[in-house]
Amino acid sequence: MTVLLDLEHVSKFFPVGAGPDQLARLKRRLSGGPERLPKVYAVDNVSFVINKGETVGLVGESGCGKSTLVRALTRLVDVSDGSIKLGTRELALKPARVFARDRDRARIQMVFQDAGDSINPRFTAFDAIADPLRRLRHARGKALKDRVEAVASQCGLPLALLSRFPHQMSGGQRARVGIARAIAVKPDLLVLDEPTAALDVSVQVIILQLLQQLKRELGMSYLFVSHDLSVVRLLCDRVLVMYLGKIVESGPARAVFERPWHPYTQALVAAVPRFGDKATERLRLKGEPRSPIDPDQNVCRFYGRCPISASDCKTKAPALRRFGNRHVACHFAEEFVVQRISPVHEAQANPQI
Amino acid sequence: MTTALALRVEQLSVEFRTRSGIVRALDNVSFSIRKGETIALVGESGSGKSVTAYAVMGILDPAGLVTNGRAMFGEIDLLAASPRRLAAIRGGEISMIFQNPRTALNPIRSVGRQIADVLIRHAKMPLRKALLQAIEMLRTVGITDPARRASAYPFELSGGMCQRVMIAMALAAKPTLLIADEPTTGLDVTTQAVIMDLIADLATELGMATIFITHDLALASQRATRIVVMHAGQVVENAPTADLFGQARHPYTAELIAATPDSAADLDDLAAIPGSLPDLRRSDLPPCRYSERCPRKIERCAQPLPQTVIDGEHVVACWNPLPVHARLKRAIGAA
Repeated sequence: MTVLLDLEHVSKFFPVGAGPDQLARLKRRLSGGPERLPKVYAVDNVSFVINKGETVGLVGESGCGKSTLVRALTRLVDVSDGSIKLGTRELALKPARVFARDRDRARIQMVFQDAGDSINPRFTAFDAIADPLRRLRHARGKALKDRVEAVASQCGLPLALLSRFPHQMSGGQRARVGIARAIAVKPDLLVLDEPTAALDVSVQVIILQLLQQLKRELGMSYLFVSHDLSVVRLLCDRVLVMYLGKIVESGPARAVFERPWHPYTQALVAAVPRFGDKATERLRLKGEPRSPIDPDQNVCRFYGRCPISASDCKTKAPALRRFGNRHVACHFAEEFVVQRISPVHEAQANPQI
Repeated sequence: MTTALALRVEQLSVEFRTRSGIVRALDNVSFSIRKGETIALVGESGSGKSVTAYAVMGILDPAGLVTNGRAMFGEIDLLAASPRRLAAIRGGEISMIFQNPRTALNPIRSVGRQIADVLIRHAKMPLRKALLQAIEMLRTVGITDPARRASAYPFELSGGMCQRVMIAMALAAKPTLLIADEPTTGLDVTTQAVIMDLIADLATELGMATIFITHDLALASQRATRIVVMHAGQVVENAPTADLFGQARHPYTAELIAATPDSAADLDDLAAIPGSLPDLRRSDLPPCRYSERCPRKIERCAQPLPQTVIDGEHVVACWNPLPVHARLKRAIGAA
């Protein structure tokens, strides 16, 4: 498989101004000492690849850094550290503003979360889809019209709707416009941020099937961001599980959801409601996540909420280690890996999976 | 069944007068809930789930008008009760958890004080005692450091914590009936599981009946003993959870289950529901509002909706229900 996008040690920090230690900072500044603002570690040293034609899922709780990671790799924000390679070309060093006019801008496109909010209310569906073509492909006149109509029909949007404004369309139709706009410039990588979160199940099915069909037709790679694990399971080849700025587990989607190894993934999978399942006696996460502001690099991010939380977990942060085609960042991964692989222990270890 | 009913809604119809015509939002909605029972109202957006709850609570938008029906809470008809009487019941014996805690909480009052307000009004507690009790409630719903958090304002708390505050407020006066309108929409699955456990535990502890409104069928199947399926303002099927998922009889219920991602092993197995909700402003709405999208439509569907009782508790509003052992067997198996 050819690698399309390669992220290495990508980090994104945001400085935070106010805080309980503001007085201390002020004192330090007045005494002429160096000032160091505390930082939110939104994305902390993340590495992964997306292959050509692959659908990768990115899951995690809100606030875990999914959206920041997506903005960094679509080059909408600048990274604090690390490398992002599209093919052989390094993109991380290009400022986001410059990249907006770059020839490779068209190769990474995005479908945003709520199509109702992400389409300019003053643009008709036609203008919304035409916008990237005008800016990135400099298409005009008949060529532009033909291309817009072609992608609209590819996305199942009736041509009669092209003159409508977003508020005159249903949620499903707006979702189609959002997708048509993103694929108009024929990207290699399509990043989808919860594309169906605002839709009813009946419409969600149609949009998911449309995405699947487009992928087959156009040979794109998808990065699918979602917190709906049952959707990720159906759509994705591989999945990345993120917790507080770090990737804690990755591997083939079905394998990860059937036998999660990281304690966080286990809790996440256990929390997904399923038909006919009685919601009793399952792993529950207690408390709130640790603070992402200047986290102690020697403590596991999951420490405190994790049912294991052993003494090792607060002296050494676990690295992402490889087991076959999967990666897990947990000191106790071996125990889970062994337990799950040996069928004798499996039933006792986790009866509901 | 001998257990007493907590609430009985009978033939509730609601209309909204709007500039573009009369919206017939609810059409003869009937269901009941026993004391201590948890039922779920499910359906897509626009199916009338929330309007039902708002009508029962007497907090419909002024444009909304109850044109027919009763909602019997013990001996009291909530739809005919005086505003003063309703105000005494609401928040006390019947309370509600709203969908979006950030907009439902008062932004300029500390959360502890908001919970105390309920206790002052309904439990007639003096302020000081009510504030202490509010801290206890925050502890009950699993908020760490409740004494400090009680003086926080909603914007200082995360979405999950705001939802816990809403629950604490709804349960402060120990209601006998709780209406939870999409209590976990917008929360992470891990938080959702914890919040739903919390509601269930407190319901058991207080012997409270819970009407749980959701669009998530899988979640409903997990949490409710009985499920009421709504479509375009009508109740189409009402059945014990196991019966509904094992043997849905209404075509719409079957389609809804087949469209839920959890039921499928593969994306191609998911089936979309053909057509869309009818425009509820139309004056020529058919008696069965699903009939125009229904693959099983027959001539008889033009007659007023039946309430076919299949066995005891399982009621379906359909002239041509699915035969037993149709397509739904796999829904349970696949999970």
